[in-house]
Amino acid sequence: MEKRVVFDSKLLPYLLIAPQLVITGVFFFWPAGQALYQSFLEQDAFGNSVTFVGLKNFIALLHDETYLESFKTTAIFSVAVAVLGLSLSLFLATQADRVIKGSRWYRTVLIAPYAVAPAIVGVLWMFLLSPSLGLLTHALAAVGIEWDHNMNQTQGLLLVIVAAVWKQISYNFIFFLAGLQSIPKSLIEAASIDGAGRTRRFWDIIFPLLTPTTFFLFVVNMVYAFFDTFAIIDASTKGGPGRATEILVYKVYHDGFKGLDLGASAAQSVVLMVIVIALTFLQFRYVERKVQY
Amino acid sequence: MIENRPLSTFFAHLILCVGAAMVALPLYVTFVASTLTPEQVLQSPMPMLPGSEMVENYKKVLFEGGAGQTAQVGKMMVNSLITALVIAIGKIVISMLSAFAIVYFRFPGRTLAFWLIFVTLMLPVEVRILPTYQVISDLKLLDSYYGLTVPLIASATATFLFRQFFLTVPDELVEAAKIDGAGPMRFFKDVLLPLSKTNIAALFVILFIYGWNQYLWPLLITTQESMYTVVIGIKRMISGGDAGTEWNLVMATAMLALMPPVLVVVLMQKWFVKGLVDSEK
Repeated sequence: MEKRVVFDSKLLPYLLIAPQLVITGVFFFWPAGQALYQSFLEQDAFGNSVTFVGLKNFIALLHDETYLESFKTTAIFSVAVAVLGLSLSLFLATQADRVIKGSRWYRTVLIAPYAVAPAIVGVLWMFLLSPSLGLLTHALAAVGIEWDHNMNQTQGLLLVIVAAVWKQISYNFIFFLAGLQSIPKSLIEAASIDGAGRTRRFWDIIFPLLTPTTFFLFVVNMVYAFFDTFAIIDASTKGGPGRATEILVYKVYHDGFKGLDLGASAAQSVVLMVIVIALTFLQFRYVERKVQY
Repeated sequence: MIENRPLSTFFAHLILCVGAAMVALPLYVTFVASTLTPEQVLQSPMPMLPGSEMVENYKKVLFEGGAGQTAQVGKMMVNSLITALVIAIGKIVISMLSAFAIVYFRFPGRTLAFWLIFVTLMLPVEVRILPTYQVISDLKLLDSYYGLTVPLIASATATFLFRQFFLTVPDELVEAAKIDGAGPMRFFKDVLLPLSKTNIAALFVILFIYGWNQYLWPLLITTQESMYTVVIGIKRMISGGDAGTEWNLVMATAMLALMPPVLVVVLMQKWFVKGLVDSEK
C-alpha cells in the first residue's frame, strides 16, 4: 500500500530517517557483520594472532557434543514452554470468555506476570522452589516428592519451564481471549441448536477458528523460549545443574563471556541468527496466508 | 451467552479463581517475604501472612542498601526509571520520524531503508551480544546512560506500527494541509501527532516495560554499582548463594523492582492490551 499524495523534499526525508538508520547501523549491522566475520576466524589463547579458518568453527560446532546437547535441551525446553503455556492459557481464556461478571478482575491478575522482569521471575520461582526454604518445596515434600533443582537435572529443567510458562501466560491469554471474542456468536448458537454440546462445539468450531491465533502464538512462544528466557535461566539455574538448562542463547553468552572463545561464540551467534530468520519468515509467510479461514 | 447454565458458570469462576490464585502466588509470597525478619524467612515453611518488618525492610534497601550490597536500591530505581523512559520515548520519537519519512516522501533509497529497518526485527540483542558489547566498549560507552539506552532504541516494531497507522490516515488530510500551505513538519506536528495519541500511549506502556525489565544488556555494560538498574541489583544480591542471602531484603527489592511495571500494566490495561495486539500485527 502506498500513499497517493506525498510531500516534496530532497533533504528532509533523509534527516528524518537518519537517527534510526545510524543507530541501526552502529549497533546492529556493524555487530552482526562482526559476528559473521569472527565466525570464520580463530584466535589463539592470548588473543595475539587471528587466522582465517573458513568453516572450521562451524564444523567444530557440529562435532561438539555439548553443542548438540544444548540443541536438544533447547528443543525440549521451547516445545514444553510453548505447548504448556498455550494449553493453560487457552483453557483459562475459554473460561474467561464464558463468565461476564468479574472477568475484569481475573484479567487484571492474569496479565500481571507480563510486567515482571524475566530475571525477577527466575528469582521468584527459585525462591518458591528453593531446596532449603522454598514454600513449594515444603508442599512437595508433604506429598512425597523430594525437590532439589541444584542436584536433579530434570527438576532443574522443570524449574525454568515452569517459570517461563508462568511469565508467558499473560501474553497468550490476551491473544486467545481476543481471538475467542472475535468468533461470531451466531456460529456457536447454530451449532448449539444442531445439538452440539460444549466439548463438541469447542473442538469442531472454536478450536479450528482459533488456528491462526494458535499458530501465531506458537511461533511467538518459540521465539520467546529461544531468546527471552535467557534472564530467567541466568537468574535461577545458570545453565545447570550440569548442562541441563543450557539452552543455545545461554551457551553463546557462556562461551563468549565466560569461556572467551570468540570464534565458537560467533559461529553459534550465526546459527542462532539463521534460526530466528527462519522463525520470522515462518511467522510472516504462513501466519498471514495459509491459516486463514 | 449461548446457554444459561448456572452450574457451568460457577465452575468457570472456580477454575478462573484457581488459575488467578496460582498466577498470583509467587507475587504474594514475594510480598509476604519482604515483610518478615530474616529468621522468619528461613523457617520452613515460612509464614503465609505478612509480618511486621515491612517498613523497616523497605527503608533499609531503599536508602541504606542491603543484602551484602552497598548500593542503595533507591539509586537503582532512578537508573531503571531513566533507562525505561529514555528507551520508550527515544524509540517512539525515532520510529515515528522514520515511519513519517517512509510513508510521506518518495526518495531514492527509500525501499532500501525500509528493508534495512525490517531486517533488525529478526535479530534480538541476545544473538549478537558479544560483538555489540565490543562496539560499545570501542565507543567508550560502558557504564553510562548512553550505553544503557541508545543501542536498544532502534526498533523495527515501532516503526512498523506507525507505518501501518500512517497508511490508514486519509490522503485528503495531506491535500488539505498542502492547500493551506502547511509544510511537512507542520503537518506532522498538527495533524499526525494528535491522531497518533492512542498509538503512542499504547506503545509507551509496552516499551516502558521492555526498558525497565532489560537484563542481559545492563548486566554486561554496567560494572559500577552506581550504574546498576534494579533488576541487575537483585541478581547481584543473590549471587552469594542460599546461605548468605538475606531473602527478606532481596524480596523487598524484588517488590520494588516489579511494582512500577506491574502498576503501569494494571492501571493502563486498556492501552497495554491495545499496544500488545497492535505491535504484533
